[in-house]
Amino acid sequence: MTIAATQPILPNRPRLTGRISDFLWKHPQVLLAVLLGPPVLWLGIIYLGSLFALLLQSFFSIDDFSGLINYEFTLATYKQLLSDANFDIIVRTVLMAATVTLFSALIAFPIAYYAARYARGKWKAVFYLGVMLPLWSSYLVKIYAWKLILAKEGILTWAFTKLNLLWLLDGWLSLPVIGGNSLSVSYTGTFLVFVYVWMPFMILPIQAALERIPANLIEASSDLGGTPQQTFRHVLFPLALPGIVAGSIFTFSLTLGDYIIPQIVGSSRLFIGQAVYAQQGTAGNIPLAAAFTVVPIIIMGLYLWMAKRMGAFDAL
Amino acid sequence: MKQILKSCTALTLSLAFATHAFAQEPLKELGKGEGELSIVAWAGYIERGETDKAYDWVTGFEEKTGCKVSVKTAATSDEMVALMNEGGFDLVTASGDASLRLVAGKRVQPINTALIPSWSTIDERLQNAPWHTVNGTHYGTPYVWGPNVLMYNTEAFKGQAPKSWNVVFEEMTLPDGKSNKGRIQAYDGPIHVADAANYLMFHKKELGIKDPYELNEDQYKAALDVLRVQRTLAGRYWHDAMIQIDDFKNEGVVASGSWPFQVNLLKAEKLPIASVFPEEGATGWADTTMLHAESTHPNCAYMWMEHSLSPKVQGDVSAWFGTVPSVPAACKGNELLTDEGCAANGYNDFEKIKFWKTPVSKCASQGECVPYHRWVSDYIGVIGGR
Repeated sequence: MTIAATQPILPNRPRLTGRISDFLWKHPQVLLAVLLGPPVLWLGIIYLGSLFALLLQSFFSIDDFSGLINYEFTLATYKQLLSDANFDIIVRTVLMAATVTLFSALIAFPIAYYAARYARGKWKAVFYLGVMLPLWSSYLVKIYAWKLILAKEGILTWAFTKLNLLWLLDGWLSLPVIGGNSLSVSYTGTFLVFVYVWMPFMILPIQAALERIPANLIEASSDLGGTPQQTFRHVLFPLALPGIVAGSIFTFSLTLGDYIIPQIVGSSRLFIGQAVYAQQGTAGNIPLAAAFTVVPIIIMGLYLWMAKRMGAFDAL
Repeated sequence: MKQILKSCTALTLSLAFATHAFAQEPLKELGKGEGELSIVAWAGYIERGETDKAYDWVTGFEEKTGCKVSVKTAATSDEMVALMNEGGFDLVTASGDASLRLVAGKRVQPINTALIPSWSTIDERLQNAPWHTVNGTHYGTPYVWGPNVLMYNTEAFKGQAPKSWNVVFEEMTLPDGKSNKGRIQAYDGPIHVADAANYLMFHKKELGIKDPYELNEDQYKAALDVLRVQRTLAGRYWHDAMIQIDDFKNEGVVASGSWPFQVNLLKAEKLPIASVFPEEGATGWADTTMLHAESTHPNCAYMWMEHSLSPKVQGDVSAWFGTVPSVPAACKGNELLTDEGCAANGYNDFEKIKFWKTPVSKCASQGECVPYHRWVSDYIGVIGGR
């Protein structure tokens, strides 16, 4: 009996790992801290910390001549951000992002619907390959390829000429704002390339959402006398909305921040990403660059808030 | 609070922000090389034979001095200033629109010309040039210079070279019978405002422009108006030489302000391209090798400055980039540049070139001028259609 009284149920194990294991078992809070510590530190310091450092920068200003930064709190940089030329950049970028998102959704939905409902076996693989393939090649190569396709002496103009449809292209290009001297120097060209490059990010979430909708819901809708339009409006679309919103978050935010596409294909009018790049890299005006990056953060914040209010995240 | 903000920023970004340097004395005497040298330069300015074996002026220097050269290329003057403000470099090949800003920001130190034996061989027109000499103190050695030429497509102009810059500033019918609308380009940098001012200086004498980099409000507004017309004509603005080359090939662009670099490359491909120095004169750049105020390898830097002035290097750089050497001796007997090279790249047009310099508010020709930061923001506006 004496032996049983002096010996604990589990004797202290001689090996270090064993002792550590015991200690952690006895102190679950420590275990939690050890497990959560690194990711929290990562999120706190590297992720949010750098973001705050960036935000701080936007409250500094720059000496115009020498290009050195004045470390004094000021709102002058934000005043500069809202000047006409800079405000134009913001409006231009947001409009482009909204249009790209809208058209991506319109094009992606039928493709995703087909893939989710009808493609089987081999065709499913072909579909996945087709959507993913553009993501495997370099982004830059694709954009330069598009520059050549859209060029005035490029393949698209050639095709239109051969089809005797050049009047159509010229008519489109003569439209104000969206037109230009050639597709590659117009907003239309920039838009086309944006839609092309971000399309996979829209198709895949929509497809995932559509696949989760039970097929019998659509059959039930038909049984109850719903026309295809009614079925789409009241059954399919609301259930697919989380996927569309998820996709739109990708396309919208990616377009807001991109600075390479509008630089290579477009009319040299700046977008937010380019303005950040130019102010930071070229002009050395880090405060204004930081102020510019605050804009997409605010816009995306509003966007997510609206998406939440629309109930887009309810099904997630 | 300000202190907290400052240290927080510095910590999280792990960036060493520039501390202000005090007025410096130049180096008194040359010591042994430190084994390393880092240079901020325009693309193509410091070649070590990696693109073309014949163009190599680094390897020999490294063997001779033991200074290992590393190069950071920059695409615009503003980027060079930003890099120098960041620090960690020894030399920069700064154009006139960057050099005075670097001096004003105390990012570069004065140099002792006595330590550079080749100083006396420099073209007299450049020895005391205002873009590297402030109050008699030299802040660097001239590297190479050149004009911004008017590049054009000989087929569109039916073999007759355009006489004036008006082909890129005003709407007109070109010799091939089509409008220039959508077929011209312009430089995507605020300094291009000076090209418009230079054009007005010749054609609208009543504005009284004496120097395209020193503009009062009225002159500045007139220049912007010229650029607004240009915006309606230009499809795209260029800042990447390779994209401009591509646009001349595929985009139907037939005229643009450009560098001899692009002209030479397009000509080498046997395309119908030529360049001209129009009647209004042209803007141009003159680059200076400047020494960072906190350079950690000053001896190697001085050795490089001396090396960069040798006729061989000057001639090779000029042949490669289409520039004019700062040392006249380089114009004769250089295999790559050939004896015609200097004249072809603009050696005799020095007087007609208005070299890039930073516009400042206190200007020499007329009391109050529009400073550079307004050029930057307004030029973004003009390109944006305002």
